[in-house]
Amino acid sequence: MADFGFKLSKSSTLDLDKVDLKVYNLLCKTDPDIKTCMACGSCSATCTAAPFSGMSMRKVILALQRGQDVRPMLGKCMLCGKCTMVCPRAINTRHLILSICKCYD
Amino acid sequence: MIDRIPSGFNPFVIPFLVGMGFVLLYCAFGVVRILFQLSREDRRKFFISLVNPKTALKNIRDIFCDCLFHVKLWKRNPLLGYMHSSIAFGWFMLILLGHIEVILFVPTRINLFYYPIFFNFFVAETDQTLRGALLFFLMDFFLLVVLSGIVLAIIKRVRSRLFGMRRTAKPSVINLIGLYALWSIFPLRLLAETFTAHISGGSFLTGPANWIFRQFLGNDLHYLPTWWAYSIVLGIFMCVLPFSRYMHIPAEMLLIPMRNAGLKIRNARKGLAKVQVYSCPNCGVCIDACPMSAGKENIKDCTVYLTRQIRRGNEKRIAEISDKCLLCGKCEAVCQVGVQGPEIRIQQRAIREYSINQDYSDIAALPVREAKVLYFSGCMSKLVPSIGRSVESVLRKAGVDVEWMDRDGGLCCGRPMLTAGRTDEAMSMVHKNEEMILASGADTLVVSCPICYRMFKESYNLPGVRVVHYSVYFDELVKAGRLHLTKSDLCYVYHDPCELGRGCGIYEEPRRLVGQAAAIAESDKCRAESVCCGGSLGSLSLSFRQREKITKASLENLYTSKADAIATACPLCQATLSRYSDRPVRDIAEIIDRQTN
Repeated sequence: MADFGFKLSKSSTLDLDKVDLKVYNLLCKTDPDIKTCMACGSCSATCTAAPFSGMSMRKVILALQRGQDVRPMLGKCMLCGKCTMVCPRAINTRHLILSICKCYD
Repeated sequence: MIDRIPSGFNPFVIPFLVGMGFVLLYCAFGVVRILFQLSREDRRKFFISLVNPKTALKNIRDIFCDCLFHVKLWKRNPLLGYMHSSIAFGWFMLILLGHIEVILFVPTRINLFYYPIFFNFFVAETDQTLRGALLFFLMDFFLLVVLSGIVLAIIKRVRSRLFGMRRTAKPSVINLIGLYALWSIFPLRLLAETFTAHISGGSFLTGPANWIFRQFLGNDLHYLPTWWAYSIVLGIFMCVLPFSRYMHIPAEMLLIPMRNAGLKIRNARKGLAKVQVYSCPNCGVCIDACPMSAGKENIKDCTVYLTRQIRRGNEKRIAEISDKCLLCGKCEAVCQVGVQGPEIRIQQRAIREYSINQDYSDIAALPVREAKVLYFSGCMSKLVPSIGRSVESVLRKAGVDVEWMDRDGGLCCGRPMLTAGRTDEAMSMVHKNEEMILASGADTLVVSCPICYRMFKESYNLPGVRVVHYSVYFDELVKAGRLHLTKSDLCYVYHDPCELGRGCGIYEEPRRLVGQAAAIAESDKCRAESVCCGGSLGSLSLSFRQREKITKASLENLYTSKADAIATACPLCQATLSRYSDRPVRDIAEIIDRQTN
């Protein structure tokens, strides 16, 4: 096909009825406070690992709710715990990260 | 003194022999197993330390001081110290004197294991000898000493507050059996020796008691059952010993040489950790000490319950207890036998497998300008930016050529990862930081966060670089006359951060600094006894609400000093304490920055 410098991109629509929420549902059991996240992004703003990997706890939780893979992002988390300290919803994000690291097999 | 029974045997010694044989076999097997669980180099280190005269002498001294005299306990509470040392040392002397008696009076029987224990049953006195009188006096004296200890132990069971303990560990059934057996051993021994005192001779205790009993007990028929009872309780005590808290008696004798050999815990269930778990006497000193037990909560998550659950193999509870702990190290500081509660927990966390394993090796090293002195503020200081600014400002005022290596963000030091039990991931971060620090060519690394400081001290390999906490560095600058402090009229109470105080043993320098910049007061519990602020990263599972109570209890302790403000040297402590404090909480760096010009 001729290259016109643009192309049709795949639809990014999510069908929430079809996504695999296995990991998210598992986390809702081990860390129920994940459900109280209001996506304010304080955790992402303070993240030590963010400059190195684009790690963002807000994005991680969003991706989990959408059934997407979060493994590459967590690969650079340093577990420093600042996200837990600033969370206005008092979510133990540090424990949540460890739980996510355990969930995948 | 002659043998009364020609065969030198009576069936009543059988329960004792069974118990003793069982304990010896169990301990022998245990020692062999634990030695095999050690790594090869640790085992070598241990054996070399045993033959090294210096450590061997230290071992003997420590065993006498800790196991028999309970010196540490005396320092903590004299009554508690007397109670324990009277039972331990008294019992030891009874056994030792028993052996001396056998050697002196019936040397042919020394090969009989039970003879020194039941000496008074097997001998009859022929004529009063001075030697015998002295030994009998000593025997009665030490029996009295042990009995006084037992009386105190019974009182402690009912009112532990008299002994300076608010809470004690709840005894399990097997511990209760051991406890009651131990309590009844010595009164029964007194009775048994009393009943035979007119045959074997006795002293100030057994002699008169024998005379009194003979006034209304017409015959000698009751003495054999009493000796049976004495032997049976001894047997019961020995049989439950390996499964009860009294296992600490033999285990501590292995723990002391292992500790003196410089061994470290490498597995939460094997080797040194196993010896520590068995050495825990379940005294419960750690319950009162634990900051988590504020408001009568989390009592069952103290180290004493961790060791108990590890012995029971209750995996669910072991995981819960290990994850909850703040790793403040206070239980270790107050522990009488030296159980390293935090270290066992970290190693327990390390057993867990994760499917996402972080790796930092491909991160590009951040550019660090070459300087003589590097300053590392750490992640937590980013939440309290005034600390970093103040440290840099003070260093500049003192004319130090300093480079702030993580001014615009850097890697974490790795300690939060390490305390979560993820050693490999932490070491990956450590190597990255080492690379950056060594590349800068600095000879001093000033660290403002105690968490980072401990990590740099313990896990980093930085040849030619002096790692120093800023409080120590500032103190040196003041001493060298490069910093001039003016005194403000505020009064501060200094809160010892766990990692700086108990973790690295730095207590004096921060106090000296604050003392030069303002008035300083002390709270009730300070230095090694200071109460964790509750913000510690050590805990994985404590929720925000659970931490609130701990922080408030820590503040209550600081308020006892009646100071106007709180000084601390840790960004995490400052952030946590200022959340609930009714008075300002300042970092020492800020105070010093304010009081210099």
